[in-house]
Amino acid sequence: MASIASPRRGRRAKRLTATAAGVTLAASTLAACGTSNAATVATLNFYSFNDPSGAVQTAVTNCSKHSGGKYTISYNKLPAAADDQRLQMARRLAAADPSMDILGLDVTWAPEFAQAGWILPWTGANEQAAKAGTLAVPLQTATWKNQLYAVPYNSNTQLLWYRDDLVKTPPKTWDEMIADAQALAKEGKPHLIEIQGAQYEGVTVWFNTLISSAGGSILTPDGSKASLGAPAVKSLEIMKKLATSGSADPSLPVQMEDQNRLAMEAGTAAFELNYPFVYPSMKADDPALFKHFKWALYPAVNAGQPARVTIGGINLAVSKYSPNPSLAFRAALCLRDRENQLNAAVEGGLPPTLESLYSDPALFTDYPFHAEILAALQAASVRPKTPAYQTVSIVISHHVSPPADIDPVGTEQAMVAEINDALASKGVIP
Amino acid sequence: MSAQDARKGQEPVTGDTQVVTAEPAQAKPRHRRRLSEGARAERRLGWTLCAPAVLVMMAVAAFPILYAVWLSLQRYDLRFPQQAHFIGLTNYGAVLTSQYWWHALVVTLIITVISVAIEFVLGMLLAILMFRTPFFRGTMRTMILIPYGIVTVAAAYGWQYAWTPSTGYLSALFGNSAPLTKTVAAIAIIILAEVWKTTPFMALLLMAGLSLVPEDLLKAAKMDGASAWQRFVRVTLPLMKPAILVALLFRTLDAFRIFDNIYILTAGGNGTYSVSVLGYDNLFRALNLGIGSAISILIFICVAIIAFIYIKFFGAAAPGAEG
Repeated sequence: MASIASPRRGRRAKRLTATAAGVTLAASTLAACGTSNAATVATLNFYSFNDPSGAVQTAVTNCSKHSGGKYTISYNKLPAAADDQRLQMARRLAAADPSMDILGLDVTWAPEFAQAGWILPWTGANEQAAKAGTLAVPLQTATWKNQLYAVPYNSNTQLLWYRDDLVKTPPKTWDEMIADAQALAKEGKPHLIEIQGAQYEGVTVWFNTLISSAGGSILTPDGSKASLGAPAVKSLEIMKKLATSGSADPSLPVQMEDQNRLAMEAGTAAFELNYPFVYPSMKADDPALFKHFKWALYPAVNAGQPARVTIGGINLAVSKYSPNPSLAFRAALCLRDRENQLNAAVEGGLPPTLESLYSDPALFTDYPFHAEILAALQAASVRPKTPAYQTVSIVISHHVSPPADIDPVGTEQAMVAEINDALASKGVIP
Repeated sequence: MSAQDARKGQEPVTGDTQVVTAEPAQAKPRHRRRLSEGARAERRLGWTLCAPAVLVMMAVAAFPILYAVWLSLQRYDLRFPQQAHFIGLTNYGAVLTSQYWWHALVVTLIITVISVAIEFVLGMLLAILMFRTPFFRGTMRTMILIPYGIVTVAAAYGWQYAWTPSTGYLSALFGNSAPLTKTVAAIAIIILAEVWKTTPFMALLLMAGLSLVPEDLLKAAKMDGASAWQRFVRVTLPLMKPAILVALLFRTLDAFRIFDNIYILTAGGNGTYSVSVLGYDNLFRALNLGIGSAISILIFICVAIIAFIYIKFFGAAAPGAEG
């Protein structure tokens, strides 16, 4: 074999010599050009969810126009999935990316971004302007360790949607609702209850609403430990009861908001717990059913103790690495001013965070349920405030979905242990 | 006829042996005379030529791996950058005592073993088809290779829609069911998507192996009265063994690191996550660089073990292997 190998090796070396090519590594230096003086117009990069209604784009255009030549806002649309939005911003902020100025954060992200030092605190006149006339619960989501870190842009909350051709008076509690559904089933009428049961953020929201309505909380007030306890067991019992009562949608373990909407529009359901976007959709898709499509406050866990529904929405924060922070604060305030919030509510159906807008007749035609939304927002609950929220939520969603598999006491105990691990960034998340 | 005989019988017709008969008279003495000096110069030249590649490899492979090892020994959570500190092997302890890791490993191994086994059988059939077909050889090969040419993520979306109730024809075929929401059914669909996608690659590698088998040998075996099955098992397979092992090694390593199909089909939901998906979730959803890096390193070790087993097996069992 050696006699074969050596001449071949020699030839290979020669071939290599003949075809030797030099490798040139060119390094280019990117110079930052973020300096702005009085004469130039600063460009502020606004990263936010992709708004199909056009309301955000209108606000961006309006604010750029009214900035007095100080800044123009460039609207950069983030990916559709919330996880991907967060990942993109976290990744870039961890690398001190200076090309992001204003960030559209989901209501659960402010503690995480603030704790990591990625967003600037709101102080002085900016803080006062951000708080003036703003609903208290949305402000809570933007606050971390008693310091405001973002300004609420819009809010969101769920109502109970029902069909008044099937149900004369809307149920006040979960037990009543399940009993109503079972009665309808006996009569052979559409009876299903539509709610988000898939293994994702939506099912955590459901659990958070139940535990808050039962007078409990997921974490202790300082956010350092799991709280859960008896209210959690009560909430888990309700989730399991619905899932095994025959009144839940058979697809409950995979349903998200949009599947709920479609099932209600298909006419198989009597009740739906969902956000207000279902209203214009029903109006457009099924005018006949729309006549019987009514709303009420979210059902309570205990009779006489109103539900505390979890809120959603977007908060605007300013990146620590923004080259123009003072302009960014001003621009963020402009993006969520009265005019732009009203437009976002009318065009995009997003509930405003300025309380006075709920008594503005301009809102009434598209928001016949404005009084219920305001009531829900005033009594609302927020999701656990902790920088480790994302991990806590994953742990919860894996334990409460599929809801039929819940074992109230055992599930509560398992969640306490895993949430405590998640808070200490110790354990592995599924 | 054994494989050893087959290899002996093959030698007079190969290109290698022709080189031996033509060149040794000039090549050998020249090489012997300047052995030390020439060899050293050659080695120096070799290293010089390799140096840029080695540097690039260090920068893009060695550095990230070592950095991942370093991160895996720390409590390093992007959300708590101030609290980062060295904690030794604690992260590995956390991962190895976590039921999620072992679940992911079992799921990954199930997907790997089943998909590679199916791919091997189907790939062999397709390879023989591509190699032996007397008509439309080009068209046939193109058709078989199409799935491999489609971007995995795009194909995975196709499967996802097909299996989703109300949008998918496959779901409709099975009574509008939602198989992607059930663990076993979802894993079966992931394996199906994986097999559909990568069988052509297996077939391509195996076809290269088939072309190693000399026609004369098969004709000789036929003359000796060997049936088609005997010729395949006793002549073709032993001669193809190196190609088969390379194909299996490549696919096993790829299958073990499965990510994109699962990410699109189920996003790891309902217990369908593989080790790579678990690593991704801990790194990028939990932003926990310590735990996530520990998972990455463990995946790297698993891959190294698989490669080691194959190479050991290859060296020990390949017929006519050098040395």
